[in-house]
Amino acid sequence: MKIAVLSGKGGAGKTLVSVNLAAAAKEATYMDCDVEEPNGHLFFKPGKVHTEFVYNKIPVVDEQRCTGCRTCVDFCKFNALAYINGKLRIFEEICHSCGGCQLFCPEDALWEKNKAIGKIETGVSENVQVLTGVLNTGEASGIPIINRLFEAGQNTQNHTIIDCPPGSACSVMESIEDADYCVLVAEPTLFGAHNLKMVHELVTLFKKPHGVVLNKCVEGDNPSEEFCVNHNIRILEKIPYDTELGTLNSNAFIAVREQTAYRQLFSSLLQKIVKEVAYETTTHP
Amino acid sequence: MKLAMPVEAKDMEKKVSPSFGRTPYFLIYDTDSKEAIYLDNGAAGTQGGAGIKAAQIIVDSNVQALLTPRCGKNAAEVLVDGGIKLYKTREGSVKENLEDFASDKLELLEEIHEGFHNHGGK
Repeated sequence: MKIAVLSGKGGAGKTLVSVNLAAAAKEATYMDCDVEEPNGHLFFKPGKVHTEFVYNKIPVVDEQRCTGCRTCVDFCKFNALAYINGKLRIFEEICHSCGGCQLFCPEDALWEKNKAIGKIETGVSENVQVLTGVLNTGEASGIPIINRLFEAGQNTQNHTIIDCPPGSACSVMESIEDADYCVLVAEPTLFGAHNLKMVHELVTLFKKPHGVVLNKCVEGDNPSEEFCVNHNIRILEKIPYDTELGTLNSNAFIAVREQTAYRQLFSSLLQKIVKEVAYETTTHP
Repeated sequence: MKLAMPVEAKDMEKKVSPSFGRTPYFLIYDTDSKEAIYLDNGAAGTQGGAGIKAAQIIVDSNVQALLTPRCGKNAAEVLVDGGIKLYKTREGSVKENLEDFASDKLELLEEIHEGFHNHGGK
């Protein structure tokens, strides 16, 4: 079963929830798809880390064959190519690796080469297999890294917890595409509720069964909770605002591995999700 | 000699455009014949790499110099490859800058920014 954990903003508690869900399972795979700033590994501190680089295809020109027709220059919507002084220039960091320039070159003068855009790291932390995607700074898109993470994690029989990037853009869509269930984490603020609305729209669009974890709950109004009540969204758990949990978390400890109360909270959360998915598969097969 | 300048309107009394890659027009000006042509900047609305495409337009128009308030790294590479000298414009109209250039008052543009890549200007 694949469980994606997402939120409309950073700092709502995606990593807290996903790391602890994985730690609370008997055995699990934790997949960090927040490739621009992966941080789950800071908690798991996995051992036996295996690194694999991820590449994109970038065009290279055969200058003997290039006639300077500029078909490729005119084709490229990102303007990654220029023809100057009788030579084709390729701006690698602008290229989005669509391959169109090679397809359209009438002289077969363009080839492709590999360019490393990041890596995935695989390691083990007690009961959890930890997969981390890392995108190199300055690269345009983390999608190829996320795709590679899913390939690397596809053979596991255990629960897979997907720690998504913040927001509701392409990389989040890629991260939830294969998920059986989406957990939306939200803060008890107006801003939190606004961002919850955005990710809720996204999971509704993707027709994903979903529920909400309300994080950092305090006494008084909770705009995110109101949003859930008004829209009939299942509230899976309310995590209280707890300085002890905050301290554990900011020192990169996994609450589930340190405190029985949190082990119980996250085990129960995981069980609720598993039940929800079982219910979904019987009612919407 | 022929020179180019990013401009906000097809009018010498108006200002130099603050952006090179996404300026609406380029003025191509011949200092000998005083002939002025305005080109639409096809790069202005592109998704990315506007500086590269704008620089290609400038190189293709066979000018020897570009007068601009600023220029990104990628565009500068194309322009330098194309043998074009970069001068830094001052506050004021297009016409005033052409006069400043004629009397050697414009300095070479030394400061090349890293480019914005859709992240907005600083």
